[in-house]
Amino acid sequence: MKACPENIVHVMNDYLDGDISSKDEATLKAHLKSCSDCQKLYHELSKTIAFVQSASHIQAPSDFVQKTMARLPKEKKQANVQRWFKQHPLLTAVALFCIMTSAMLFSNFNNEQQFSFTKQPNLVVEGETVVVPEGETVTGDLTVRNGDLRVEGELHGDVTIVNGQYMASSGVITGEIEEIDKAFEWLWYTIKSGIKEAASIFDNSSVQTE
Amino acid sequence: MDALVNKRIAKVMKGDQNAFAEIVELYQHQLYQICYRMLGNKHEAEDIAQEAFMRAYVNIHTFDQKRKFSTWLYRIATNLCIDRIRKKKPDYHLDAEVRGAEGLDMYSKIANDDQLPEEELMRMEVQERVQYEISRLPDKYRAAIVLKYIEELPLAEISEILDLPLGTVKTRIHRGREALRKQLSNL
Repeated sequence: MKACPENIVHVMNDYLDGDISSKDEATLKAHLKSCSDCQKLYHELSKTIAFVQSASHIQAPSDFVQKTMARLPKEKKQANVQRWFKQHPLLTAVALFCIMTSAMLFSNFNNEQQFSFTKQPNLVVEGETVVVPEGETVTGDLTVRNGDLRVEGELHGDVTIVNGQYMASSGVITGEIEEIDKAFEWLWYTIKSGIKEAASIFDNSSVQTE
Repeated sequence: MDALVNKRIAKVMKGDQNAFAEIVELYQHQLYQICYRMLGNKHEAEDIAQEAFMRAYVNIHTFDQKRKFSTWLYRIATNLCIDRIRKKKPDYHLDAEVRGAEGLDMYSKIANDDQLPEEELMRMEVQERVQYEISRLPDKYRAAIVLKYIEELPLAEISEILDLPLGTVKTRIHRGREALRKQLSNL
């Protein structure tokens, strides 16, 4: 052993790590040929490595994934909802459509704070009040938004007043009078008129088919 | 592979647990194997491997996607294993003290640290013997040896997993090899 270079164990280890310079490798090989002790050590170490590497590959139990997932903390609700949307695209589309339409309806009601009314000849406007003057006759439906209506003459048609008042007066109205004040009533009115329109379409088509 | 894993990780970060199941699927065997070789016990290996995955899931936002996911995952697992090994010893100690007279049984159970009689070693099957010899290594060397020779990882990666300089990793592998050689001198 006295003749062994001091760092020979170190070089041997580098060799076993597969991390050695060719010069060191040559030194090691030359020394191993001449020194039986180092040769024995080298063989034993190689054998040790082979022994450890003979360990067979181990597989996790078959229910490992399932058990692991069961141990995780519950996921955020947000992800759940997102996945639900992904799995039900049609329902998502319908829900989105419903939300958009109702939002539009309400925003229409709230945004149209301006005073407006159906244009008809003979109508007179006083501030935010629409007046059918005495002696005049207006034919056709009349809608007033965000304003009041006073009828002194004659009105042949229906009247709808949104966010306003019909002021009773001496005039004559031949149609129906409807006053709408609240968002919900506005919604109800829109739905009702929508149905009426749809019904009238059906009526027309049924007439045509007959 | 890395791109695939990173895609899953991005989903997990958004809170998608199903994507994490796919990650567990991918790494379960390697992670379980490391734990098993470190701990030498199937139940503990399963427990610690699951714990490692759980911690990875909870702390996923601390993972740097520019790095290798497996390195990060193995690091969590080896740390947990080393903690478990270190905790185990005083546990047995307490038990032994309480039971007193039955101490002999307890000692035979902690066989890991004490050498078994020669004839018993000879009766062991090779696989059993390999595990036995690995588990006799001090935990410092055990982790390095398992990662190097069972998982066959490059030294640079082992140094990252164990959070040690490359030189230290080499030293531990050398000493681990030397310790094993001495343990196996009768083979």
